[in-house]
Amino acid sequence: MFYRENGQFKTTYAADQQMLPILQDRVFMAAVLVIAFVAVPLLANDYLFLSLLIPFLILTLAAIGLNLLVGYCGQISIGHAAFMAVGAYAAYNIALRIPQLNFLVVLVLAGLIAAAVGMLFGIPSLRIKGLYLAVATLAAQFFMDWVFARVKWFTDYAGSGSVSTAAIEMFGWKVDTPTEKYVFLLAILTVFTIVAKNLVRGHIGRAWMAMRDMDVAAEVIGIRPVYAKLSAFAVSSFYVGVAGALWGFMHLGSWEPLAFNLTLSLNLLFMIIIGGMGSLLGSYFGAAFIVVLPILLNQIPTLMGMPLTTAMISHLELMIFGALIVFFLIVEPHGLARLWAVGKEKLRLWPFPH
Amino acid sequence: MRQAAKSRLLAAAAGAVATTILATASVPAHAQAKEQFFPVLSYRTGAYAPNGVPFANGYVDYLKLVNARDGGIGGVKITFEECETGYATDRGVECYERLKGKGPTGATLFHTLSTGITFAVTDKTFADKIPIVTAGYGRADSVDGTVFGWNFPLGGTYWDAADMLVQHIGKKEGGVDKLKGKKIALVYHDSPYGKEPIALLQERAKMHGYELLLLPVTHPGVEQKATWLQVRQQRPDYVFLWGWGVMNSTAIKEAVATGYPREKMYGVWWSGAEQDVTPAGDGAKGYSSLVFQAPSGQGQVHRDMIKHVYDKGQGTGKKEEIGEVLYNRGLTAAMMSVEAVKRAQIKYGKKPLKGEEVRWGLENLAIDDASIKKLGFDGFMTPVSTSCANHSGDPTAGIHTWDGKKWIIEKGTRLSADQQIIRPMIRASAEKYAAEKKITRRDCAKEQ
Repeated sequence: MFYRENGQFKTTYAADQQMLPILQDRVFMAAVLVIAFVAVPLLANDYLFLSLLIPFLILTLAAIGLNLLVGYCGQISIGHAAFMAVGAYAAYNIALRIPQLNFLVVLVLAGLIAAAVGMLFGIPSLRIKGLYLAVATLAAQFFMDWVFARVKWFTDYAGSGSVSTAAIEMFGWKVDTPTEKYVFLLAILTVFTIVAKNLVRGHIGRAWMAMRDMDVAAEVIGIRPVYAKLSAFAVSSFYVGVAGALWGFMHLGSWEPLAFNLTLSLNLLFMIIIGGMGSLLGSYFGAAFIVVLPILLNQIPTLMGMPLTTAMISHLELMIFGALIVFFLIVEPHGLARLWAVGKEKLRLWPFPH
Repeated sequence: MRQAAKSRLLAAAAGAVATTILATASVPAHAQAKEQFFPVLSYRTGAYAPNGVPFANGYVDYLKLVNARDGGIGGVKITFEECETGYATDRGVECYERLKGKGPTGATLFHTLSTGITFAVTDKTFADKIPIVTAGYGRADSVDGTVFGWNFPLGGTYWDAADMLVQHIGKKEGGVDKLKGKKIALVYHDSPYGKEPIALLQERAKMHGYELLLLPVTHPGVEQKATWLQVRQQRPDYVFLWGWGVMNSTAIKEAVATGYPREKMYGVWWSGAEQDVTPAGDGAKGYSSLVFQAPSGQGQVHRDMIKHVYDKGQGTGKKEEIGEVLYNRGLTAAMMSVEAVKRAQIKYGKKPLKGEEVRWGLENLAIDDASIKKLGFDGFMTPVSTSCANHSGDPTAGIHTWDGKKWIIEKGTRLSADQQIIRPMIRASAEKYAAEKKITRRDCAKEQ
């Protein structure tokens, strides 16, 4: 009823191949973009921007990156925070040593360096699979932790090993207020999402998915595993590297190697598992779930005026959060994105379900 | 049918989340009440909770005491709200953002209670104009108030602490020049906190010719076998312990297991609380640490606390824990904050003050022996006086040793850092920060 493609005839190949083939989807997406770009900056306050929206946007980008590798190409990685760290420290060093460089160029370079490192650590994927690969990627995590904590050059010989970034300026625009940061990040995320969407529905993405579904069959139909797997590692690390650079520059401002530890890697993995593997939308849902929900849970008792101690609230937060993860995984093992798809399907059939 | 129930449940969940987001988004309208808002960042959960709880209790109790005994600061009631950081930098920053705008005039000042959080929020203070007080921790270079306009490492930094320890063992050896050829191991928490003293210890090593062994311990510090294996192999003459929470007691237990003499181990002032030594039992006997202003024990302020707060059932913690090292440190931290507000009230009037006005109070702190006595802190702290250019005062500290049951202060030992060495280091480091962040130095002569 509400959501039906009846009567929308495609008369050209271009129309048939567009990213959102159904009119309702296009209208909905346009509305979301208008809300995100116009309404939110007008309505939200600094706290929402700094504590919820900005971390959410950056970690969504990282989750998309990880999803390309794990969800689309089927190569498990539990070391992706390491590639975020590579991106962050690369951006820090580039910005420090070539201060006149435009921040966008810095971001791209940081992403490329992360991609190179990602490919290096992706090489074992050519010989090992599944959980064994996961363990191999763990090496990236520990190695990068060690490098950035011990090799002083990367942190510009900072006494305490904590680096801090200067203000970001590009094209004469100083990105320093929370609203400006939000808009900038949203624009980047939008571009990267569109690129990712087109990657996964093009021949590269199809090669990844073929690899994921059955590598032997993929090889038989002419997909070279070396290219498919390493390109997935490269693109994924590029995304994650850019996210890492943004995490450092836009969110933390100053950080220590601990900011990119194993916990962050695992959180990224949880995001795509809860949000939905092999779904870009799922990356958004997952990031929202992992980033925003704990902070909201932490505030509910105070907002409702419950006289609980902060320790009690924190324990409750962890318990409820854990329970919700289990709940959602039982209700929908394919992630929140699958629930969304089910909802859309229902709207299509309404009011006459089978 | 099951599907329908499921989706209804999900809709309800989504609704609840949406409502909370809206509630969080809407800023509660504050009436212009005569209240001074103190944000409290604390950690009552996580690996460092055993240390975080007594500190938070002491801090909050003192605020309660000022309200109950004095009716607030100059007639202005203190309000406060705690926010749990779990000693994690990201949650700490979130707490900072959450609390900075509360109360009629915003947050008075923040005690970040973690060097990592200090580093992260330092950059934000320039825009927010809220002082960050890091009593005995934080960035060492933030003593320089002309660059770090909003940081107050009252009571001493880790460079001071490291310097004092080197001087102390130098004295034991019969002069710092006798340290030549000795080995000093720094067993440190691998975080900004633990890494802070390294710069100074290296500087001193260059001067006196001792060898510095750096032995990092990863968070949270329960696994130290490899570290102490190195201690066993290298046999350092002294071990400096820069630990926090469970890392301290583990280190002492490992020292017992390795057979390293505890008499040769010296901790920073965060490695010398009851919680650090009691788990090691008798093994901790002989271990010493720096102690700066608040040793354990009870004085007039504690008697007031029991009378005005605990006897009325308003206490935050247990009555028996009043007077523990970290409880007292929380108490002192709160006292210095309250004194800063009091000082600022002299200039700006007895009304709720903004962070910027409180900064003036912090820069003009003059807590002398007479006022320490008046406040009931007699014997618990040394005078503190700050200025626009010097944000820490001139810190001194003593040494206390665990005798198996309680901490015994070494009589007659009063250490102060050699500012001849530290000042140039602070200056250079602050200069670098100012250049990186494009900050122009404040002119203190103009501001007073």
